[in-house]
Amino acid sequence: MIPTWNDLLPLLPELFLLSMTSLILIVGLYTGERRPSVVHYLAILTLVGAAALTLMDFNIVARTNALGGMFIRDGIADILKLFVYLTSAIVFIYARFYLRTHQLFVAEYYTLSLFAILGMCLLISGGNLLSIYLGLELMALSTYALVALDRDSTVSGEAAMKYFVLGALASGLLLYGMSMLYGITGSLDLNEIATRLASGDHPRVLLAFSVTFIVIGLAFKLGAVPFHMWVPDVYHGAPTAVTLFLSAAPKLAAVGMTFRLLGEGLLPLVNDWSQMLGFLALMSLLVGNFAAIAQSNLKRLLAYSTISHVGFVLLGILAGTDDGMAAAMFYVITYSLMSTGAFGMIIALSNAGFECDRIDDFKGLNARDPWMAFMMLLIVGSLAGFPPLVGFFAKLYVLEAAVNAGWLWLAVVAVVMAVIGAYYYLRLIKVMYFDEIEHDHAIQTPKDLRVVLAANGLLQIALTFFVGSLTALCVAAWQ
Amino acid sequence: MFADWPLLSLLVWLPIAGGIAVLTAGDRNANAAKWMALIFALATLAVCVPLWMYFDQATSALQFVELTPWVASYNINYHLGIDGIALPLLVLTSIITVLVIIAGWEVIDYKPAQYVAAFLFLGGLMNGVFMAQDAILFYVFFEGMLIPMFIIIGVWGGPNRVYATIKFFLYTFLGSVFMLLGLIYLYLKGQSFNLSDMHAMSLSMTEQSWLFFAFLAAFAVKIPMWPVHTWLPDAHVEAPTGGSMVLAAVMLKVGGYGFLRFSLPIAPDASAEYAWVVIALSLIAVVYIGFVALAQEDMKKLIAYSSISHMGFVTLGLFIAFALMLDKDAADMAAVGVQGAMVQMISHGFVSAAMFGAVGVLYDRMHSRMISSYGGVVNRMPWFAAFVVLFAMANCGLPGTSGFVGEFMVILAAVKASLAIAFLAGLTLVIGAAYTLWLVKRVIFGDVANAEVAELTDLNRREWIVMSTLAFFVLAIGLWPAPLIEVMQPSIEALLQHISQSKLSGI
Repeated sequence: MIPTWNDLLPLLPELFLLSMTSLILIVGLYTGERRPSVVHYLAILTLVGAAALTLMDFNIVARTNALGGMFIRDGIADILKLFVYLTSAIVFIYARFYLRTHQLFVAEYYTLSLFAILGMCLLISGGNLLSIYLGLELMALSTYALVALDRDSTVSGEAAMKYFVLGALASGLLLYGMSMLYGITGSLDLNEIATRLASGDHPRVLLAFSVTFIVIGLAFKLGAVPFHMWVPDVYHGAPTAVTLFLSAAPKLAAVGMTFRLLGEGLLPLVNDWSQMLGFLALMSLLVGNFAAIAQSNLKRLLAYSTISHVGFVLLGILAGTDDGMAAAMFYVITYSLMSTGAFGMIIALSNAGFECDRIDDFKGLNARDPWMAFMMLLIVGSLAGFPPLVGFFAKLYVLEAAVNAGWLWLAVVAVVMAVIGAYYYLRLIKVMYFDEIEHDHAIQTPKDLRVVLAANGLLQIALTFFVGSLTALCVAAWQ
Repeated sequence: MFADWPLLSLLVWLPIAGGIAVLTAGDRNANAAKWMALIFALATLAVCVPLWMYFDQATSALQFVELTPWVASYNINYHLGIDGIALPLLVLTSIITVLVIIAGWEVIDYKPAQYVAAFLFLGGLMNGVFMAQDAILFYVFFEGMLIPMFIIIGVWGGPNRVYATIKFFLYTFLGSVFMLLGLIYLYLKGQSFNLSDMHAMSLSMTEQSWLFFAFLAAFAVKIPMWPVHTWLPDAHVEAPTGGSMVLAAVMLKVGGYGFLRFSLPIAPDASAEYAWVVIALSLIAVVYIGFVALAQEDMKKLIAYSSISHMGFVTLGLFIAFALMLDKDAADMAAVGVQGAMVQMISHGFVSAAMFGAVGVLYDRMHSRMISSYGGVVNRMPWFAAFVVLFAMANCGLPGTSGFVGEFMVILAAVKASLAIAFLAGLTLVIGAAYTLWLVKRVIFGDVANAEVAELTDLNRREWIVMSTLAFFVLAIGLWPAPLIEVMQPSIEALLQHISQSKLSGI
C-alpha cells in the first residue's frame, strides 16, 4: 500500500528532518573541512524548522495514527519532541566552541546528532514494536559513533566500545522481550497488544519473562541501577560536546519510549512492572546519590546524578496513573534543561589547552566570573531541587504521584536521598563560592554561548513563575 | 490610598528586586551598591507603615489578601495574607534587614554588593514565609531562605565556615523534607494546598500523629529545640555579624511561626497528645542549655546557646496551652501562654540581634570572640558598655525590658498548669542572669585586661544607629507592650478557639 499525502502529513516534521539531514550530509562533504560553520547553522535551522512544523498543527488533545498505527502523533509526542529540538539546538550552540577548540569541528557531529534526533522522534512516536525498535537503533547507532568522535582518544574509544557492547546487549534483551510479547498477543501494534492483554488468559510465565526483558531493556537505555554501568564511563569518556548531547535529548526519548511501551502497550500489566520500577527507582536513588559523593570529576558526578534523577522519573512512572506520567514528563523535560546547562558550563569554562571538568577547576569561580558562578548556582540548585528553582516542582510532582499510588515508603527514601544529593550539589556551590582560585585559566567563552547559557541558567528561576503553564501542558497531554 | 495596593507582594518583591539591582550594579562601585541596598531596605520598611495603619485589629480574619493561581493543575496558588500573628514578625524582619545592612557597612570589604544583595533576598523570602497562605508557597519561601544564608555564612564567615554552613543547610533541609511529604499527604486528602482548608480538614488520630511529627521535624530543627540544636552554635560562631543577627532575630522565629501555623491548627489532637514531648524538650532546652551556655568561652557561642534556651520558652508557651485548655477555669491562661511565646519571639528578635551586633562591634576591633581576650572594655568604650548592659538585662529578663514581658507571661501560664514546670522554667531567670551577667562582668567590667583593649575606640556613628535602634525597641516593648499584644490578641484567640475543638469528630 502506498501511503497517501494525508497519511504522511503527521510525519511532516520528521520528513523535513530527514531531508534536511540528508542535505546536510551532502553539504558537509563540500564545506566540512573549510567552513564547518555552514553545517552548524544549517543544523540549527533544521531543528527550528522541525519545531515550527510541529507547532504548526500542534494539538494537545488530538491523537493521530499514521502509517497504519506505526506512527502516533499526540500531545505527549509533540511536547517531548519540541523539547528534543530545543535542547538539541542549545546543545549545538554550546558544542561549537568545544568542537572548535578541540579540533573536532566536523560535519559528522551534526549529521550523526541529527540522525540520532530522527531516531528519537520515531521512538517517541512509535506505536508499534517494530517502529519503536527501529527508532531506538537509529538513535543508538548514531550515538555510539558520536562517542567515538574523537578517534585519537583512547578514553573515548573505550567508552564507545563499552557503550556499544552494553547497548547492543540491551537492545537484544528488549527485542527478545518484544518477540515474546508478539508471541503471546499475536500483534505488534501497541494498542492491539493492550486490548489483548486486558482480555483473555495468557501464559503467566511467558508474560512475566517478556515484561522483565522489556523493563530491563528500558532500564539500560534510561541508565537505571543495576543497568547503569555504562553511564559514568560514557559520560566521562566521551568528548564533552557529545556528553552534553547524550545527557539531554536521549533521556527525553528514553522516557518517551517508556511511556509508549509501559504506559500504553503494557498498561494492563501495571501491577507487574510497577514493582520492578519500584526496585529500579530505589536502587537508582541509592547508588546514584551515594556514588556521586565520591566523585572528583564533574562529568562523572553528573553521570551519577543523572542516575539518581532517573530514579525520580521512575517514581512518577511507576504510579501508572496519568498524573504520574505527566509528573515524570515534567521531570524529564526540566531535567534536560538543567543538564544541558551543567555540561554547557563545563564547555564554557574550558579552552583550547584545558578541560574544565574536575570539580577543583571550579574553585573560586565567583571571584573569577561572578555571573557564570551565579548561573551555575541556579543550575546546580535546580538539579538539587532547592525551591524556588524549577527542579523543586519536578520533585514535588513525582513525589505526589508516588504517594498517591501508595508508594509512601519509597517517597520517604526519595526525600532522604534528595538530602544526601543536596550534599554534593552544595559541595559544588561551596567550591565556586567559598574556595580560593586554583586554576586561573582565562575564560574565553564566546558571546553566543554566554548568552544562551545565561538564558539557560535564568530559565531555572524564570520557569518557576510559569510553572503552572508547563505543568498544565504536561497534564493536558496525558488526559 | 494604600489600602488597595498589593502591599504584601511589595514586601516580598521590593527587597528581591533590590537584590537583583544591587547584583547588577556589582562590586565596581561598592558604595553605590550599599546605598542602593539601604534604600531598598528602608523602602520595604516603609511599606510596613501603611500595613500597620490599615490593619484591622478587631478581626482574626486574613487581611490584605492576594490570591493568584500559580499551578492550576495542582491547585497551588500565590496566596498571601496576614493576621495579627504575622504582622509583628514582618515588621521585625524589615527592621532587622535595614540594621544588618548598616551593621556591615564598612566591615565587609570582600564583594560587598553580593553581601548586601544576599541580605535583601533573604529579607524578601523571610517576609514571604510569614505571609504565605498556600502550603507550597510557604515551603518555597521556607527553603528558599537557605540558599542566601548558606552563601552568607560560607563566603563571609569564619575559618570553619564550610563545615558550619553545610551542616546548617543539611540539618534544615532534612527536617523540612518530611514536612513536604506531610503537605503532599494533606493535599491528596483535601485536593488543596490552601492553609485554611488544611486547618479545617478532619483527620484521624493516626494521621494527625504522623503529620505532627513530620512538622515537628521541620520546625524543631529550625527553632531549634534540643537535641537537634547542634547546628545553631556552629552556624552562629562562623557567620559574619549580619548573618548571626538575621539568623537569631528572624530565622529562628520561622520555626515558632511554623508551630503556630501548621502543627497546632492542622493537628490539634496530636499536638495535645504529644504536648508533653515538646514541653519536656523545651524544659531541657531552658535548663540544660542554660547551663551549657554558662560554660562557654566564646561569646558568640554563649549567645547562641542562650538563644536556644530562650526559644525553649517559646515552645513551652505554645504547648502549655494544651494543658490549660482542659481546665475550664484556666482557659484564659492558655491565651496568655501563647501570647507570651509570641512576645518572647519578637523580643528575642531584637535582643539577640543586639547581642550579636555588640559582639560584632568588639570583633571588628580585636578579631577575637574569646571572652578571655577582653576585660575592662567599659574603660575605653563607655557608650558601648552602657548599651551592652541594657541588652544583657533584657537577655536575662529584667522588668522594664522586652525580655521580661514574654518570660513573665509564659511562666504565669506555666504556674497555672503545673508548679513543677513553672519552677523549672523559672530557673531560667537565675541561670540566664548567671551566664549573661558573668559574660558582662568578664568582658565589660574590671580593669583593662591587655594592651589591645587599651586601644579600643568607642562606637562610631554607624554602630550608634544600630545599637540605639535596637535599644529603643527593647525598651519600648518592655515598658509598653500593649500595642504588640493587642494586635495579635484576636488572632491568638481564634487560634485557641480552633485548636480547642477536636478534629476527630468529623470523621
